Amino acid sequence: MAVTDPATAASVAGLTGAPRRGADRTPRRGWGVTALLVLAALTVLLPLYLAVAMALKTPEQAAAGSGFTLPWPLNVASFADAWTLTGFPRAFAVSLLISAVTVAGTLLLASVASYAIVRNWEHRLFRWSYVYLLAAMFIPFPVVALPQVKLTGELGLDNPGGVALLHVLFQMSFSVLLYSAFLRSIPEELEESARLDGASTWQVFWRLTFPLLAPMNATVGIFAFLASWNDYMMPSLITSDQSLQTIPVVQKIFQLAFSTDYNVAFASYLMAIAPTILVYVLAQRWVMSGVTRGAIK
Amino acid sequence: MATTSSPLPRSGARARDGGRDDLQVPPAPAARPRRRRVEGTYYLFLLPAVALFTLFVTLPALYGMVLSLTNSIGFGRSEFVGLSNYAVLFTDPEVLRSYGFTIGFSVATVVLTNVVALALAVGLNARIKAKTALRAVFFLPMVVSGIVIAFVFNYVFSTSLPALAGALGLESMTTSVLADPDTAWIAVVVVTAWQAVPSALIIYLAGLLAIPEEVYEAADLDGAGSRRKFWSITLPLLAGYLVINTVLGFKNFLNAYDVIVGLTDGGPGTSTRSVAMTIFTGFTGGDYAYQMANAVVFFVVTVVISVLQLQIIRRRGVSL
Repeated sequence: MAVTDPATAASVAGLTGAPRRGADRTPRRGWGVTALLVLAALTVLLPLYLAVAMALKTPEQAAAGSGFTLPWPLNVASFADAWTLTGFPRAFAVSLLISAVTVAGTLLLASVASYAIVRNWEHRLFRWSYVYLLAAMFIPFPVVALPQVKLTGELGLDNPGGVALLHVLFQMSFSVLLYSAFLRSIPEELEESARLDGASTWQVFWRLTFPLLAPMNATVGIFAFLASWNDYMMPSLITSDQSLQTIPVVQKIFQLAFSTDYNVAFASYLMAIAPTILVYVLAQRWVMSGVTRGAIK
Repeated sequence: MATTSSPLPRSGARARDGGRDDLQVPPAPAARPRRRRVEGTYYLFLLPAVALFTLFVTLPALYGMVLSLTNSIGFGRSEFVGLSNYAVLFTDPEVLRSYGFTIGFSVATVVLTNVVALALAVGLNARIKAKTALRAVFFLPMVVSGIVIAFVFNYVFSTSLPALAGALGLESMTTSVLADPDTAWIAVVVVTAWQAVPSALIIYLAGLLAIPEEVYEAADLDGAGSRRKFWSITLPLLAGYLVINTVLGFKNFLNAYDVIVGLTDGGPGTSTRSVAMTIFTGFTGGDYAYQMANAVVFFVVTVVISVLQLQIIRRRGVSL
C-alpha cells in the first residue's frame, strides 16, 4: 500500500498532550535555514518539474538530454495520445469508483464498529473484537495475497468491487484505532440525555454521535482515499479484466511498449498524479489539519 | 433494556491525558464491575466489520497456512506434503536473497528516512521564512502514487543523471545505477525514503511541539549553543517518536512492492526483488503452495520484528 502511511499517524495517537507552539527558538538563524530547506525542497519539486517538462516536449526533444531542459516549443499533443493510449476516462472512472466506495465503506464500517466497542468496553466480546481488528496491522497484504486472490476470484469479486472491499478491510485497523481514541473523548452524558428523551442507540449514533465525529471522519476519509487511489498492488493482482484497471495500474503499459515516446509516457504520469496533487493544493489547509490530527490525536 | 449505564462521567480526563495506554489495552474505565446487558444494536454495529474481516482476511490466511503444507499449484488436486515446503524454503538461494535484500533495504531506508525527516522537522520548527509553503512542499510526496513517481525516478536514474554526469565530465557516473546489481538498491532506498519522509516528518513535528519552551529557555540561561541543545534536549525528548517512526517504517518497508515494481521490477536479475515480489511469483509457475509457505514465514518474520521493536518501546516507557 505504501504511499501514505496511515498507521504512522495513528501510532502517535495520544502521545502528545495539548500541542503548543514551541517554535522560533533560534531567532538569529532564519535565512540560512530557509535557504537549506529550499534546497531540500528541490528534491521534491525537481522530479515533479521533470514530469511537467517532459510531458510538454516534442518526441525529438524528449529523446535527447537529461530531460530537465525547458520544453520549447510547447507540445500538448502528448496529453491526447496518453489519454487514448491508457483509456484515461475509463481508468479514471474505475479509480474514482473504487476510492469512493472505499471511503464510504471505511467511514461507515469503522465508525459504527468503534462506537460499539468503546461503549461496551466492559464486555469481553467487544474488547476482544478491538484487539482482533487491530491485530490486522500486522497482517500485510502480501502475506494473505495468494489465498485472497483465489477467494475473490471464486466469489466473482475479481473486479473493482473486490478491490474496494479489500481496501476497506486493510484500512480498518487504523480507522478503528483513530475512531476509538476520538470516541473516548466524547462525553457520554450527551448521549445519556438523548436516551432519556427516548432515542434509541441507532438514533443516538446517527443523529448525535456521528456528526460529532466529523473531524475524525475527515482524517479517516483522507487516509482511506489516498491509500485507495494510489494503490497499485491490490488492483493489479485482484482485477482480472484489464479494461477495468485503475489509473496507477494502466501506467504500466509505458514500460512494456517499446514504440511509445517518453513525452507521452510523462504526460500520462502527470495526468495520473495531478488529481491528488490538485486536491492537495486546493484543500491544503484542510488536508494538513486532517493528517496532523491523525498524528496528534 | 437496561441502559442505565454509568452515572460516572466517562473518561474525559482519560482521553486528555493522551491515552497513554497500551495498544492491546486501550483506555479501559478502570474495571467497572457492574455489567449491563448489551443492546442488540451494538452487535449490529460490530458485526459487519468483524464478519467481513473474518471472511476476507482471517479465513484466507488460515486456508493459506493449510495450503502451505501441500503441493498445490493453485488449482486442481493436491497432496499433503508436511513441512517439506518449509524445508526447501530455508535452503533456496532465491528466497534467502529476497529476505536479505528486503531486510537490508528496510534498515537503510529507515535510517535515511529518519535522518532526513528529523533534520527537516528541526528546520521547519526554527524561525524561517515561508514556513507554511515549505511545509506544504515537504508533505507533497505523501499524496503521490508510489508506482507512478517510481516511473518518473526510473527516468531520472537511467537517463537524466547519466546525461548530467556526462555533461559535467564525470565519467564514472555516466552509467545508470539501475543497471548495476550492486547499486540498484540505492535507487530503491532513495525513492522509498522520498515517499516515506512526510509521514515521519508529521510525527517529528508533533513531537517538537510537545517539547516545552521553558526547557530551551533554561538551556539558554546555561549558555548552551544550538548544537548542544539539539543533542542534549531535542534528540533525547524525541526518542520515543524516533522509535515509533522506526517500527512503522520497518513494517511498511518490509512489504515494499509498488516503488520497486516501478523502479527496477526486481532487477537487474533478481538483485532488488523483495519478499512480497517473491511471494507473488506463486501466482504463476506452479509454486503456489511453496510461496504460501514463504508467506507464512514472512508473516512470522514481520511479527517477530514488530514485537521486538514493541518490547524496546515498552522499555523506553513510550506507548503506541
